[in-house]
Amino acid sequence: MIKAVARRVAAGVVVLWAAATAAYLALLAAPGDIVDAIIGDGADTPQIRAQIIAEWNLDRPAIVQYLDYLLRAARGDLGRSYLLQRPVGEVIGEQILPTVQLALAAAVIGVVLALVLAVTTRHRWVRRVSSTAELMLVSTPPFLSGIVLLSVFSFRLGWFPVAGDQGWAALALPAVTLGLPIAGVLSQVLRDGLDRALDEPFAVTARSRGLTERAVLIRHALRHALIPAVTLLGWLTGVLIGGAVIIEQVFGRPGLGQVTLQAVGNGDMPVVLAVVVLAAAAFVVINTLADLAYLLIDPRLRRS
Amino acid sequence: MIEVQNLRVTFRLGQKSVEAVRGVSFDIREGECVALVGESGSGKSVTARSLVGLAGPQAHVEADTFTVDGRDVSRFAARDWRRLRGRYAGLILQDALVSLDPMRTVGAEITEVLRTHDIGDRRDRPRRVHDLLDAVHVPEPERRARQYPHQLSGGLRQRALIASALAGGPKLLIADEPTTALDATVQAQILTLLAERRATGETLLLISHDLAVVSKLADRVLVMKDGRIVESGDTRTILAGAGHPYTRQLIAAATGRRRENTAEPGEIVAEATALRKVYGDRTVVKDFGLTVRRGEIVGLVGESGSGKSTVAQLLFGLTDPTSGHVRFEGSEFSGIPERARRPIRRRLQLIAQDPLSAFDPRWTVRRIVGEALPKGADPEPILDRVGLGPEYLDRYPRQLSGGQRQRVAIARAIAPRPSLIICDEPVSALDVSVQAQVLDLLARIREDDGTALLFISHDLGVIRDIADRVLVMHDGRVVEQGPVRAVFDHAGHEYTRALLDAVPTLEVTS
Amino acid sequence: MTIALPRPESRRLTLRRPRPGIAAALIVLALVGTAVAWPALFAGDPLAADPLHVLQAPSAAHWFGTDQLGRDVFGRVVHGARHSLSIGVAATVIAVGAGILLGLLAGLTHRYADEALSRGFDALAAFPLVLLALLFIAIAGTGTTSLIVAIGIATLPHYARVVRAQTLVVRQAPYVTHAVAFGASRTRLVLRHVLPNVLGPIPVLAMIGLGEAVLIAAGLSFLGLGPQPPSPEWGAMLSEGRGYLHIAWWASVLPGAAVTATVISLTVIGRHLQGRFEGRHQ
Repeated sequence: MIKAVARRVAAGVVVLWAAATAAYLALLAAPGDIVDAIIGDGADTPQIRAQIIAEWNLDRPAIVQYLDYLLRAARGDLGRSYLLQRPVGEVIGEQILPTVQLALAAAVIGVVLALVLAVTTRHRWVRRVSSTAELMLVSTPPFLSGIVLLSVFSFRLGWFPVAGDQGWAALALPAVTLGLPIAGVLSQVLRDGLDRALDEPFAVTARSRGLTERAVLIRHALRHALIPAVTLLGWLTGVLIGGAVIIEQVFGRPGLGQVTLQAVGNGDMPVVLAVVVLAAAAFVVINTLADLAYLLIDPRLRRS
Repeated sequence: MIEVQNLRVTFRLGQKSVEAVRGVSFDIREGECVALVGESGSGKSVTARSLVGLAGPQAHVEADTFTVDGRDVSRFAARDWRRLRGRYAGLILQDALVSLDPMRTVGAEITEVLRTHDIGDRRDRPRRVHDLLDAVHVPEPERRARQYPHQLSGGLRQRALIASALAGGPKLLIADEPTTALDATVQAQILTLLAERRATGETLLLISHDLAVVSKLADRVLVMKDGRIVESGDTRTILAGAGHPYTRQLIAAATGRRRENTAEPGEIVAEATALRKVYGDRTVVKDFGLTVRRGEIVGLVGESGSGKSTVAQLLFGLTDPTSGHVRFEGSEFSGIPERARRPIRRRLQLIAQDPLSAFDPRWTVRRIVGEALPKGADPEPILDRVGLGPEYLDRYPRQLSGGQRQRVAIARAIAPRPSLIICDEPVSALDVSVQAQVLDLLARIREDDGTALLFISHDLGVIRDIADRVLVMHDGRVVEQGPVRAVFDHAGHEYTRALLDAVPTLEVTS
Repeated sequence: MTIALPRPESRRLTLRRPRPGIAAALIVLALVGTAVAWPALFAGDPLAADPLHVLQAPSAAHWFGTDQLGRDVFGRVVHGARHSLSIGVAATVIAVGAGILLGLLAGLTHRYADEALSRGFDALAAFPLVLLALLFIAIAGTGTTSLIVAIGIATLPHYARVVRAQTLVVRQAPYVTHAVAFGASRTRLVLRHVLPNVLGPIPVLAMIGLGEAVLIAAGLSFLGLGPQPPSPEWGAMLSEGRGYLHIAWWASVLPGAAVTATVISLTVIGRHLQGRFEGRHQ
């Protein structure tokens, strides 16, 4: 068991290292001088150039540059934005809370809705309607659903604020917008897992004990159906972070998305790199947790 | 206890409907053991499951009379069925590895029955679970109850499954192929356990494809074919003078028929000396030696994990031995690069248990057999030899029945005129009547071509029917070998004797 | 999202998606295809502004109404099909092509090469799609080509992983063992058995993946990172119309609806083909 946990954690660290390296290589691959890439649209003075060369060790051998970059990243030092003249950590730290709020709220909405949809819509006609609805949810771009929700609930009905970040009311529409496609995907996967589990011989055995269909579903099948759904947790993290960029733009919410978009627009590479590596780190952590969750859910995996 | 008149079960699959059971009538009395025998697709499992209302969500069940425990179940609501299940009738399925929930402990599975039917109070249940496990002879019940199905051996798992079926104290036990997934020795133990349950007063309904398995236990036998009962009567009468040709065919298949070799074996085709194979820290094959001569059929018997499949891989040159040699047609075959083996590859062929996965799914029969023939050769005569007409040439493997697929596999194997064919459980996945036909075909090929066969099987009956010589493997070692007659009649090694005792045989008294 | 979901045989027969859905999806795709190939068939100049008729509601003259410059929204949606789809198609071609190549490389070569490539796919897959595309755009600049390559790279790991996994399965399949019995060489095994069986399901996967690529492309265009105005791209149109949402919903919602209809149709057809494909291979 401990060995299995250690192996998964080690795999996570390797992926994290590879992701940080990939981001570093992307910076190297940028056209032109690396100093230019880091400055972006910021002020270009000899002092700033010297500062960048010092921070990134550009006067040292390439291997030192790379190792020092890794070391800084491992210590959580995200570098400095020369455009904003501030440490990147500070810029991100100020804006991360609204994004985390949005992502968590959307995740809760997505997961709860998916569970409810998958478990309650077992009947033939209901599930057909529900499947179609899920397909619509998955295929609708979040900026469209966001705009439709805005126009109905904010402009027409005036129930929610149109933009900004004023408490829970302002969080409701963005979280729903981001949560809907997640619910669509998760409920499809859960429903498929339930179907499969209910076809297994152990489900027949459970029924032959006199269990109600609901008990077979909740006590036996659901646990089996959770496994493919847990696989999607890493993917879910990516969708939440990527989706947040778009949702924040639609609803005019502050957050990491706005920071990132501004940085991309201004060519502020240190900020873009930091956000991307941070997102990859979040993915890896969640994915590793998901791997460990398998061990809890499925006793058959605990052996190796 | 159960009375059924004219039971019909229809499955609706999209627009089509399939009649699985077409008018079946029978009854089961208290204390009896009734066996329902038939091959795959005969409708026996569907019939049995209908008795507890579990024929499936797409099934439509009709009957003129259908009573269980004196009550008319055709008026049963879902709730009435649930009261009956587990309490009045317990169901035991094949292979406890998948029939018990793999994610729950054995104890939790058994407790579930107690809780569902409100038997005993909460604190009392662990003790009841231990008693139940004890009753089916599971040693150390306290420890086993905390384990998951995959942590138990095949035999213990199956016992635990039976314990869960017994937990509600049912009067009727329905056992659907309860021993099919098990090794012969374990199979015998489970049958003994079922006999014991019967002695304690439970009524048994056994469902099996194997007449020999049920003949020991059953008072009466119902033979099913294509959704109908073609014959029924008490076991002895059925076995003695069966009237229906299908029953006779089943009996013949179960008693087996020896296919004697008339020709003298020729020169040595393949030879293995002192083979040893180690995987990690496990020695899977130890000191294995074998010679196969032209025109010979050599049987290799062993239970799962005995190392017989590894031997097949070593002889076939898929993996190299850790030490020892394989020689084929007089030249070294092991420890050489694959490139050097390629020119003689066609002289050594393979027939596997599951022919479907052994064919490229995108290929037609024509292309599959054509691959084995010289370029441009007509595949028709070869197909004809295995008893398939030209109409099969353009079919895909998945469009064929199991028996037809195995015939195609044989056609592919004999097409390059090999000197040796390794047959790895070639009939294990087939119905008994089809098994006999495939064995006939293999024996005839040996006769006509002088091809040597290495016949690997866990089924002693099959080996007895076709092999000239036999090697018995246990724990990676050959524990006994010799001519089939000698080994079967006077087994020297205790393991061989245990294997032989465990084989269910038909005692036909006529 | 593209998730391969093989179903047990018995279920597939009862749960097959309703036929009308497939017919509708085919019609939508045919319309979109025609719009891509020959937009003039449906509508005139997408750039022609008419300052006298701005933000008019849908009518017989303007089926989808007009936008803030008085341009015909329907005409812009029709002409936008070419922009939006070509980005998706080109990105998918890149992703599938490179994915097949890298996946085969990982699946067929030495263990260490496989390990290295697989970790590479893992690392690439660790970046959220949108952020990976943003990173690429930050480096290479905005514009259609950038967008195509960015989405191509971001969706590549999915195909590479599928191809690799499938290659490993096929390599170990008993029918490959049997081909060894006929003295087939490694090259022959790969060409005759492994490649066809690995690549078989790819077109269907690519079709479902195309829907996803169109969705991301529209999203990035919405953020202003794709074709620049006045190009009629669906995501960009939605972004432009957003400012007038409270008085003219049609200028933003209808281009968005075009994205949804296209993606749903691609997914429905893709899944249908996938179901048939799996049924054929069971």
